[in-house]
Amino acid sequence: MQRLVVRRGRSLVLDQVGFQLAPGRIIGLLGPSGSGKSTLLRSIVGNQIISGGTVTVLGQPAGHKSLRHRVGYMTQAASVYDDLSVKQNIAYFAKILGQRAAEVERVMETTDLTDQSDRLAMDLSGGQRNRVSLAIALLGSPDIVILDEPTVGLDPVLRADLWAMFSRLAATGLCLVVSSHVMDEAMRCDEVLLLREGKLLGQMTPEALMESTGAQNPEDAFVALIAAGGTAQPPSRKASVPKHRAAAEGKQP
Amino acid sequence: MKRTLATTGRVLAQMRHDPRTIALMLIVPSLLIGLIAWIFTDTPAFSRIGPAMIALFPFVVMFLVTSIATLRERRSGTLERLLSMPLAKGEFIFGYALAFTLVAIFQTMIAVNFAIWVCGLEIEGSFWLLFAVAALDALLGISLGLMASAFARTEFQVVQFMPALVIPQFLLAGIILPREQLPGVLEAIGDWLPLSHAIDALSDVAAGTVDSATAGSMLVIASWITAALLVGSLTLRRRTA
Repeated sequence: MQRLVVRRGRSLVLDQVGFQLAPGRIIGLLGPSGSGKSTLLRSIVGNQIISGGTVTVLGQPAGHKSLRHRVGYMTQAASVYDDLSVKQNIAYFAKILGQRAAEVERVMETTDLTDQSDRLAMDLSGGQRNRVSLAIALLGSPDIVILDEPTVGLDPVLRADLWAMFSRLAATGLCLVVSSHVMDEAMRCDEVLLLREGKLLGQMTPEALMESTGAQNPEDAFVALIAAGGTAQPPSRKASVPKHRAAAEGKQP
Repeated sequence: MKRTLATTGRVLAQMRHDPRTIALMLIVPSLLIGLIAWIFTDTPAFSRIGPAMIALFPFVVMFLVTSIATLRERRSGTLERLLSMPLAKGEFIFGYALAFTLVAIFQTMIAVNFAIWVCGLEIEGSFWLLFAVAALDALLGISLGLMASAFARTEFQVVQFMPALVIPQFLLAGIILPREQLPGVLEAIGDWLPLSHAIDALSDVAAGTVDSATAGSMLVIASWITAALLVGSLTLRRRTA
């Protein structure tokens, strides 16, 4: 992503944002509400009208036809049909993606929804609905999965479950981009992008974030980074040890 | 094609989980036709208004259902998700059109049978043609509903399009006063509106007076459908601000 600019009306939503992402990692996109996280994710998916800059995904411009099979996208609101069962929801999107019925079973197992398969989406809890939405994003084993605030409003146990699931998925070599406004979730990522008021404050490992700011927790680190004007340079990649084996094998950009 | 049918199946499956809507859609038109027949018991007016009602319901009901269903797709994020997938806009639109046209035909079947057997309406023309006109009416409602959904942000707004787009067409269609007796300007407008032609065509079929004017009416409806679908598909955007 190079010098991405997005305007909505007169306001600047994203201002000169640029970064590169590697496969096999969990990338956390962190920032307060309204910082432009969803817009940034939509730009990667290719749903966002951009005013400037370029977004290249897997060697193609974002939103390219060939990417529609390779990028999974989970929107912020669980975009599922309330009046369909879990299985009907997933099966419909599977047909749109040209996937077999077995793929429906696979993603239901991955997201631990097999027992809920016949329940209507409207009868599910928020966490379960999110998992249906996640299951759809995983259909067809895309190379990149974009998750917009997947853990928002979940209780801590469910949240931990989801993060464990993300780790397993990243270990299979796919690139997960997960947004969150909860700074503590930074520690669960392999790498974090910090966004504030449409500007990228930095790209670094969570460890480097803590070290460079000397803060006790990610929340304070974020504040310290803002105070420093977001000038903290992303530390060299070599210093960071990837958490997942697949990441170590995955090629660095 | 496969994705079109998958979408049709999905829309019908959604309706199956909502039996109350199905019941209302299927029963209400017949009840209203019955009420009109009752009102005009001692006059010959029902033979004129009855067919007009049969033309009206697929249009009005499908307009409402489509406008709200597509608005829900836009608002719930499912449309954004679908458009980030390899689904063509045409597949989305025709999937919906096919599902709701099937429902409309089923609805018309019940209404027509009720009008004939219970209310004593006489249909002189071909039943095939009658269902073809009803299907065309339904498609008209679907295409205008799709278009209306693009210009509304909430369910409240989209429901307001019903009086805005549907009632004027109803008033100018010649049911209340024959179009020839309307003031010149209104007659000219009424002659161009699709619902007027839907009602004309269905009345022709019911009276058994199908001629080139009927074909012309169906052509006018088809043109409106095409135009509304084109505008509607322009409003399904993969990229949004």
